[in-house]
Amino acid sequence: MNDYPLNRVWSRREFVVRSAKAGAILAASGLLGYGFYDSIGPGPDESPDKSSVLLPDFSIPAAGRKMAIATGDNRVQTINLALKALGGVESFIRKGDRVLVKVNAAFATPAIVSATTNPELLKELIRLCYSAGASSVVVTDNPINDPGSCFALTGIGEAARSGGARLILPREGFFRETTVPGAAHLVRWPLLYEPFHGINKLIGVAPVKDHHRSGASMTMKNWYGLLGGRRNIFHQDIHNLIKELAMMVKPTLVVLDGTTTMMTNGPTGGSLSDLKQTNVMIVSTDQVAADALGATLLGRSLHDLPFIAMAEAAGAGSCDLETIRLERVSS
Amino acid sequence: MRIATVRRASQVFFLVLFLWFCVVASFGVHWWQLRGWPVSWFLHLDPLVAMGTLLTTGTLYRDLLWALVTVALTVLLGRFFCSWVCPFGSMHHLVGYLGKRGKPHSRKVELNRYHPAQSVKYALLVVLLSAASGAILARFIRDAVRPSLPLIMLFVATVGLAWAVVGRATAKKRGMSAFLGAFIGLWAFIGSIAALDRMITASLQTGLLDPIPLVYRSVNLVLLPLADSTLQVLSVSQRHYEGAWFIGAVFVAAILLNLKVPRFYCRFICPLGALMGILGRYALWRIGRKCAECPQCSLCEADCEGACEPTGTLRLNECVLCMNCLVACRHDQITFSLQPSAGGEISVPDLGRRGLILSMASGIAAVPVLRLEGHMGANWNPRVIRPPGALPEVDFLSRCIKCGQCMRVCPTNIIHPAGLETGLEGVWTPMLNFRLGTSGCQLNCVACGQVCPTAAIRPLTLSEKKGIGSHAGSGPIRLGMAFLDHGRCLPWAMDKPCIVCQENCPVSPKAIFVREVFNTVRGGVVTLGKTEGSTVEVRGASLEAGRYGTGDYYLHVPGAKETTRIRIVANTDRTLSLAPVAPADFLSLVGTQVHIQVRLQRPQVDPDRCIGCGVCEHECPVTGQRAIRVTAENESRSRKRSMLL
Repeated sequence: MNDYPLNRVWSRREFVVRSAKAGAILAASGLLGYGFYDSIGPGPDESPDKSSVLLPDFSIPAAGRKMAIATGDNRVQTINLALKALGGVESFIRKGDRVLVKVNAAFATPAIVSATTNPELLKELIRLCYSAGASSVVVTDNPINDPGSCFALTGIGEAARSGGARLILPREGFFRETTVPGAAHLVRWPLLYEPFHGINKLIGVAPVKDHHRSGASMTMKNWYGLLGGRRNIFHQDIHNLIKELAMMVKPTLVVLDGTTTMMTNGPTGGSLSDLKQTNVMIVSTDQVAADALGATLLGRSLHDLPFIAMAEAAGAGSCDLETIRLERVSS
Repeated sequence: MRIATVRRASQVFFLVLFLWFCVVASFGVHWWQLRGWPVSWFLHLDPLVAMGTLLTTGTLYRDLLWALVTVALTVLLGRFFCSWVCPFGSMHHLVGYLGKRGKPHSRKVELNRYHPAQSVKYALLVVLLSAASGAILARFIRDAVRPSLPLIMLFVATVGLAWAVVGRATAKKRGMSAFLGAFIGLWAFIGSIAALDRMITASLQTGLLDPIPLVYRSVNLVLLPLADSTLQVLSVSQRHYEGAWFIGAVFVAAILLNLKVPRFYCRFICPLGALMGILGRYALWRIGRKCAECPQCSLCEADCEGACEPTGTLRLNECVLCMNCLVACRHDQITFSLQPSAGGEISVPDLGRRGLILSMASGIAAVPVLRLEGHMGANWNPRVIRPPGALPEVDFLSRCIKCGQCMRVCPTNIIHPAGLETGLEGVWTPMLNFRLGTSGCQLNCVACGQVCPTAAIRPLTLSEKKGIGSHAGSGPIRLGMAFLDHGRCLPWAMDKPCIVCQENCPVSPKAIFVREVFNTVRGGVVTLGKTEGSTVEVRGASLEAGRYGTGDYYLHVPGAKETTRIRIVANTDRTLSLAPVAPADFLSLVGTQVHIQVRLQRPQVDPDRCIGCGVCEHECPVTGQRAIRVTAENESRSRKRSMLL
């Protein structure tokens, strides 16, 4: 307490000390005022996220453009056949690789309605990665329905766990801003980036589905699940957005599961009558080519799906099936 | 001249000046209207405004530099502001004086005795400033674990403390060192395990109780509109403010409490007074007694405004320098000097360490608890439309001091104090109401941002607001978006021509356009009878005479070409007169069924053009719940709220 007791005459020293303290407060306020003075005020922009990120290129240039089409109704067999036709999983996954598998877990529906990545296929893919020497496999998606429910009900969560992969559910802190070079929509947009930490190989696994807004949901549309924020506004220009997704992600491989195709009522489906047995498994290093082929399963032409030509024009791949190394195998 | 007379002159001067600034914050062309008068000057002088925004934003905005003048004088003199400048203080002073008048001396002394509850204002100050410093605190904690300058400082501090502990030091200093060491250790520990900046954020709530914003909004939003409703000098029509009763009730309660205890607000509540009490702790000149022996006549305490006990141990931080004791003392005992009072003085508030920590903790915790409502995120209220130039909501709430200057200055009276629309934090912050007031937000007006003392509404130029010139790339400032309610709109729902909204849309090209449709009116299918010139007889229906002659009604033959609609120029109950352009064959359709149709222009909002100014909503003839209403969707202040790509 700096109180002064009763009836005491003040010494000069006390006066000097008090003056110095008052002076110190004056000087401190003056310095604060000078140091933090702002003659302009705030600008129009929200402060940008300084830790903006870019997804690295996960493709293997040496592998070139190649695609395998395996026919059969058993996904475990067809994925093995397709990969073998492309030179085996070892030509994509090396010893010590850390692999991210981006599934489609969009809806909290059971695997049988085929609105999401098939769990058996996922489990086999994880096994294959580990068999090729991968040191870790991570499975992720930012679904549309509640994430916890989606991963539980689709069976994807269980498949990932039992396959020994790490499951990463999206959380608020897992997103970082990204700006895709040359993009109009994906500018300073939140990207599910945390699961990519330490990852050097990326595989996208998606079912073939009808999609009312874009025409079809296949491997390129699957990257939508890497976006955060209010991504629903992108439906105002869905084809360009899918093109930008293809520009954003350069995967090692994409797996397009056309064993059963959701022909109607997409992308949620919900009834077995929406599905058709088409018995095709596509594995490709070119996502545009994979989607171009997938379109035929839905009975749609490339003209019905403008995003395919847009993605091709943007250099994300090619739908020219003449120039790709195409392997057809059946079980 | 006696010092108390000088003080009174000063009080009158500043009170009149303040009221003058309130009056001249009026829109118009006269010299006594807005002509560069520094209408927010008292807010600039207010150190609590400066300190609050400094804590929340890390900046001292423009004219808030004036606060340094107040701070400097307060450091040297103590709480002079309360008794010499503060307009709210002067009001309390006057009412308190009136309330005391005629009371016996002993009663007056009793009223001015120090009360322990006077420390409540320090607790309030700490709560408000802690709430404002949440973001800075969280950042400090995060920075504690970053290998950067703060860590080096931490290291130095720790070494220094260790030295103090092992070196020669008194027990008290050792205890202090141990406390500081533990504090810094805990700080680094918390910083390393938790990202507190995700939880702890800042909110500027000083304006709730800060007397300067309080008196501004009370006078501007309650007293002036009341006075002007009879005088009609300041505005052409009655000014309205939603929730003005609440602001008025707080003001009247604060004023009436003076009858119970003089300067009740200043002594028990005022956080600005508390801040000045702390700032003036080392005041060089101060009130005090010359000798320890004093006759204890307590003449000096009868009119002591601060209840600072000049006869006993002077409470320096309570003294408001009213100088009444100096004048009242008949024994030449009281002085204003460099010496401390011979009766002793207490210069720190009676809050205690526990009170301090409790107030800090509740202030810091209050903001994250209030934000659990989710108003800052997905649960934002689209009915809250902020003025043009308002910052994104979180930044806005870290600057807005609820002074109501924007509401006062708005020429169309559309800016209103919010109630609980954005939660407790948003009370008395500005929001737009397009039903009250004289129009929507005027396209060529930027008054609110120019008058805002803290840039919660940043000052816009006209070209920025309209998105022209160098701002053409970023487009106009959008306050929200107009949505049509098809169930209420006259042309959409009731077959009535209208489009007032389209006509009044101030944007060029208009954000509201129309689509033309022709609808057969109720009971409008009639059979043609004989014709006479351009007048035809109708059969099978009795028409309301004159109804279809308004120029909006047409006769149409189904199956004929779309273009063969002839305008009806007049009608009786049995005949229709058609425009002279009617082709002859059209008039010879005796016995044919024809349709009387109304031509409607149905309004449609172009979302790429709409700026949410609300003129359409204001003008809509559906006067209750309007058929076109603006909500804050697509407002340009935050990308997260954009509705369009």
